[in-house]
Amino acid sequence: MFEKVWDDHVVVAETAETPAVLFIDLHLTHEVTTPQAYTELRKRGLRLRRPDLTLATMDHSTPTRTEQVFGGVPIAVDSAARQVQQLEQNAREFGVELFDLQDSRRGIVHIIGPELGLTQPGKTIVCGDSHTSTHGAFGALAFGIGTTEVGHVLATQCLLQRRPKTFAINVANKLPTGVTAKDLILAIIGKIGVSGGTGYVLEYRGDCISGMSMDERMTICNMSIEAGARAGMIAPDATTFAYLQDTPRAPRGDAWAAALERWKKLPTEAGARFDRSVEIDAATLVPMVTYGTHPGMVAPVTGSVPSQGDAVFEKALAYMGLKAGEPISNVPVNNVFVGSCTNGRLSDLRNAARVLRGHKLAAGVKMLVVPGSQNVKRAAEAEGLDRVFLDAGAEWRESGCSMCLGMNGDLVPSGHYSISTSNRNFEGRQGVGARTLLASPETAAASAIRGRVTDPREFSSN
Amino acid sequence: MPAVKTIRSRTVVLPTSNIDTDQIIPARFLTSTSRAGFGKNLFADWRYDAAGNPRPDFALNKPEAQGAQVLVAGRNIGCGSSREHAAWALQDFGIAAVVSTEFADIFRTNSLKNGLVPVLVDEKTHAWLLAHPQAEVTIDVEQSTLALPDGTTVKFPLEGFARYCLLNGVDELGYLLSKSEAISRYEQAHR
Repeated sequence: MFEKVWDDHVVVAETAETPAVLFIDLHLTHEVTTPQAYTELRKRGLRLRRPDLTLATMDHSTPTRTEQVFGGVPIAVDSAARQVQQLEQNAREFGVELFDLQDSRRGIVHIIGPELGLTQPGKTIVCGDSHTSTHGAFGALAFGIGTTEVGHVLATQCLLQRRPKTFAINVANKLPTGVTAKDLILAIIGKIGVSGGTGYVLEYRGDCISGMSMDERMTICNMSIEAGARAGMIAPDATTFAYLQDTPRAPRGDAWAAALERWKKLPTEAGARFDRSVEIDAATLVPMVTYGTHPGMVAPVTGSVPSQGDAVFEKALAYMGLKAGEPISNVPVNNVFVGSCTNGRLSDLRNAARVLRGHKLAAGVKMLVVPGSQNVKRAAEAEGLDRVFLDAGAEWRESGCSMCLGMNGDLVPSGHYSISTSNRNFEGRQGVGARTLLASPETAAASAIRGRVTDPREFSSN
Repeated sequence: MPAVKTIRSRTVVLPTSNIDTDQIIPARFLTSTSRAGFGKNLFADWRYDAAGNPRPDFALNKPEAQGAQVLVAGRNIGCGSSREHAAWALQDFGIAAVVSTEFADIFRTNSLKNGLVPVLVDEKTHAWLLAHPQAEVTIDVEQSTLALPDGTTVKFPLEGFARYCLLNGVDELGYLLSKSEAISRYEQAHR
């Protein structure tokens, strides 16, 4: 599959000395990683080659408090406000479609691409953000790039790329009840390591993957970068096509039929060779939580912090304030974050709400629920999910990246334990000194009720 | 982008593996719209205490590390976020080359695009460098070699195109723009 997409986008083939020139079908952009690229274009007197293949939104440094998004209260962080204004000016000057702060279609860039139906099988998709790997769930080749490369795509709609190797992640059998796509991807990263995918495009395969919804597939592909991979892909199938049909920007009529014909040819043929492969039995998995300071430091929620490790392990435990061999269920929880491009879709909010319904947050626990997009927010409110969160004592916010990386001021205080449905537990990621444990929305909600890390299967009757 | 031919410098050593770009430059400093000035916040949460004072025990704060242009880092440096600000921060601080046994993909690309030289070395060379902070090394971009103080040299991978860009201080945008006709042909054929 990867080879088909790659070959179809080669403008100039690679040689021993020069990388390939690869055409990009969709360029998603946001406020944080584009300003310096536009400055470069201005300096060189260049315009956008294909504004029609470019979309801008704002998500990273935007506020999530309703009064700041819609009530005219200024953005609290001055530099963030300037960055948002800069994007508005750049979009106007260069003719890029922009979903601005109050646009009803705005959201995290990796949530809105699929929602709009812009994310499609067989496309090459890039964005100045490492979680662009999310879009691979549709059988697209999608990867994060730096700001200089953002400039390359703006000016030429192309990138210079070396062909990566291929890595099959074969996942057999169904996940047991209460075990989610998030638990599976954490287990995969724990198995292959945070640099296990470096230089590879991962293809997630097997009956476990093909039985998953698009939301679950996106959660899996989203975290490919946490294993160091260039991208992650899943073969498009009937589930993919059903998701895309009738989305606002999917092809219609004859164009839809033609697209389907093309998309059905994308999956990897049986017996195709991969440069590397691993086998995972989904039936053996339990809910997973990270205990350390990178996403590969994972343990079963029913288990313990490993009893020993290397210098990195020791440093991580010191930062996290945990002891080797300590049961995971001992870890207190002060802060809960449900949201992000990993787990900020409607089904994620439903899953967290199902556990939380009829319960209150434990004393002292603060919980923030941030929908991945305004669209997700409206859909959740239509189902009354906002009431479930508010009744439990959580906060319900406008969409954005929010507490995943705290750029907008949504921060976890130093020393506090945060159970988070996001993707990175790096030191300081959610705030200076914040101690992050990555988990599924279900585990986050269960932990919010008990005030310590909790197996969500204890709430299976909900 | 400045041309880089030879870097002769003492090293500064950060042996930690998996140093992610959130450590190199924390997210709260990314609201700038310029490429300049990130050096003062390089490794901010490791370099300064809660009151903003330099931590004397952090490698980059030690007197003997001042002026060092070569950072020797643990394996898998630059993992995580795609932020190019990480490369900008290292360069703004004065780092011209990073040595490790493994580089995260996007960080390596971003480094090369800014003339920050990623030097991939074998385990044995790496172990020696980790054990000998402030070693005087010479990185020769033309030859793609790193020379240790005893004169031993090791090759590091650098493809021809990247080497050309580093040596001549040219970025890749000019090359891509020169392929404009091929891009037009591709666009015509894929309407």
